Amino acid sequence: MANGVLILAEIVDGAIAPVTAELVGAAQRLSAGPVSAMIIGSGVEAVASKILGVEKVYVVDHAALAEYTNDGFTKAAEAVAKQADPAVILLGQTSEGRDLGPALAYRLGTAVAMDTIALEMKDGKLHTTRPAYGGNARAVNSFTQMPAIATVRPKSQDAAEGGGAGEVVKVAFDASGIRTKVTDRKVASSEGVRLEDANVVVSGGRGLGGPENFAGVEELAHLLGGAVGASRAVADLGWRPVSEQVGLTGKVVSPTLYIAIAISGASQHMAGCSGSKNIVAINKDADANIFKAARFGIVGDFKTVLPALVDAVKKVKAEG
Amino acid sequence: MHIVVCVKQVPDWDIPPSSFKVDEAAKKVVPPPGVAAVTSQFDGIAVEGAMRIKDAAKDTKVTILSMGAPTAREVIKQALAMGSDEGVLLVDDAFNNLDSAGAAMVLAAAIKKLDAVDLVLTGRQAVDWDTGVTGTLIAEILNAPVITFAKSISVVGTTITVERVLPDSFETVEASLPAVVTVSNELGEPRYPKLPQIMAAGKKQVTTWTAADLGVDTAALAQKLTLEALFVPLVDTKVELMEGETPEEQAMALARRLKEAKLI
Ligand SMILES: Cc1cc2nc3c(=O)[nH]c(=O)nc-3n(C[C@H](O)[C@H](O)[C@H](O)COP(=O)(O)OP(=O)(O)OC[C@H]3O[C@@H](n4cnc5c(N)ncnc54)[C@H](O)[C@@H]3O)c2cc1C
Ligand SMILES: Nc1ncnc2c1ncn2[C@@H]1O[C@H](COP(=O)(O)O)[C@@H](O)[C@H]1O
Repeated sequence: MANGVLILAEIVDGAIAPVTAELVGAAQRLSAGPVSAMIIGSGVEAVASKILGVEKVYVVDHAALAEYTNDGFTKAAEAVAKQADPAVILLGQTSEGRDLGPALAYRLGTAVAMDTIALEMKDGKLHTTRPAYGGNARAVNSFTQMPAIATVRPKSQDAAEGGGAGEVVKVAFDASGIRTKVTDRKVASSEGVRLEDANVVVSGGRGLGGPENFAGVEELAHLLGGAVGASRAVADLGWRPVSEQVGLTGKVVSPTLYIAIAISGASQHMAGCSGSKNIVAINKDADANIFKAARFGIVGDFKTVLPALVDAVKKVKAEG
Repeated sequence: MHIVVCVKQVPDWDIPPSSFKVDEAAKKVVPPPGVAAVTSQFDGIAVEGAMRIKDAAKDTKVTILSMGAPTAREVIKQALAMGSDEGVLLVDDAFNNLDSAGAAMVLAAAIKKLDAVDLVLTGRQAVDWDTGVTGTLIAEILNAPVITFAKSISVVGTTITVERVLPDSFETVEASLPAVVTVSNELGEPRYPKLPQIMAAGKKQVTTWTAADLGVDTAALAQKLTLEALFVPLVDTKVELMEGETPEEQAMALARRLKEAKLI
């Protein structure tokens, strides 16, 4: 009988990604039986002990899994799921989870709820809540099949704290049948604080009128020790790299302070920043949607407000 | 080469959030009166992806597939006006209210019925439910490799090369055809059809297939994911706007408030 919760641990730059502890936390709170993790990759056994708060860690370690591929990771996750027989499987709504979730669901003859932000067990069944219609609506789903699979939006769950490392269970992997090959990777250059981890994010939108006007955004971000973000309109126009895009199809950030400059606040943008503790909006249109989500705001033209804000922040900081 | 592009008709997403309404009892979105349904954003971009392949290799045939209400003929016509060759509309009462798994089964059955499809393109996610699973499920059913979040697609012989958009990188992936690719907005804007092309699209063939034509077992289309509730979340923040005669005064007021709140 299927029991317990299995989560997919992810690795970023050789270490366990923050979303992993969030998934463990969500899994523990479901109280649906033992929580175990799976980790897939090449040379990953070494970090298995860094996943805390789980009973078991299923390790699929194979040279053919050095790069993420849909075929390789789906096959590996399927093998683990069949061995572990969980009632619930949780993945991050990350590039891997987005890609893997549907294929894994198909192989296991079940369904996946994507991009969930709340999870609960009701009468022994997983219920998930997810934003839909660009963040304008919330949909609650339940599952008719086991295991119930959900991808969980990063930063939507409190991370598990403490707990011990799990018992390592190695799972054999047959590397045949990987039909795609990664031939190149261009890493987006990023300086300073990582956008996802930044405590302060200053984002600019299409209202800035051109890439040159991001100088002020950068200056303010630098002054506050934060990172620069952008709306999709700006990334699509090529004013800023895609890696800075915040939103439904970009990154999810939840800084203490999020400053949105000349951003209208479309629901798809808010999907990436509404978890911020404090949103500040600068926009010349008093009716802009961004003011509905903001704690502080200035209705005005960035051309005059932004340089003035840079000066004011400098002054206030100098006062100590 | 034969490319199939899956295009979904969805409620217009480009409406002010205040006019977004849900009928909670029916668990359905109520589009504002007079606002017509449109092509799901990424699907128009997927059609553009197909057109670019066709621009480079003229003997490419592009077929548009759409499952939905009879009005979905409109989104097929738009894709035909962009330069696609044929359209197939999948309509049947049994196709109403399917989840993505059901939609994928119907679309895959139609792809199998078409002759020798080399490449299937879908959007990265439909902009109604924002799910992003149908393309991958079609690939699973057809037993073909899937490459998600494409920024560019090129085909040489039977090898497809796709540049994928990842959070902090672009990754190039290769596979052999047949394959399924899901398309992201970074590919670029869909081309704008000119009047003669719109006229010509009117003469192109749009076939209609039902569940019986496809031979799909409608019982197998039952939802695996049950929609329990649909609602509009409450936002209850009240913004504090900075007072001041000049931008400098407003900016100073903001800096002081941020300082008081220990945010800077
Ligand atoms: C499925 C889907 C996914 C999407 N994903 C994302 C996503 O991940 N991230 C994202 O950001 N968007 C996303 N979008 C797009 C989103 O709907 C909006 O189109 C986009 O966020 C708008 O960007 P913007 O606010 O920069 O531009 P606009 O909407 O053009 O707003 C510009 C703002 O600048 C203000 N302004 C203009 N001039 C000035 C001035 N001089 N001073 C001050 N203010 C000024 C205007 O009042 C306006 O509010 C998505 C859309 C869809 C359909
Ligand atoms: N009813 C449909 N008709 C045609 N294509 C569809 C349909 N539903 C989904 N798709 C395709 O699958 C993609 C992903 O949809 P989804 O998994 O629902 O987010 C869409 O962008 C379309 O390309």
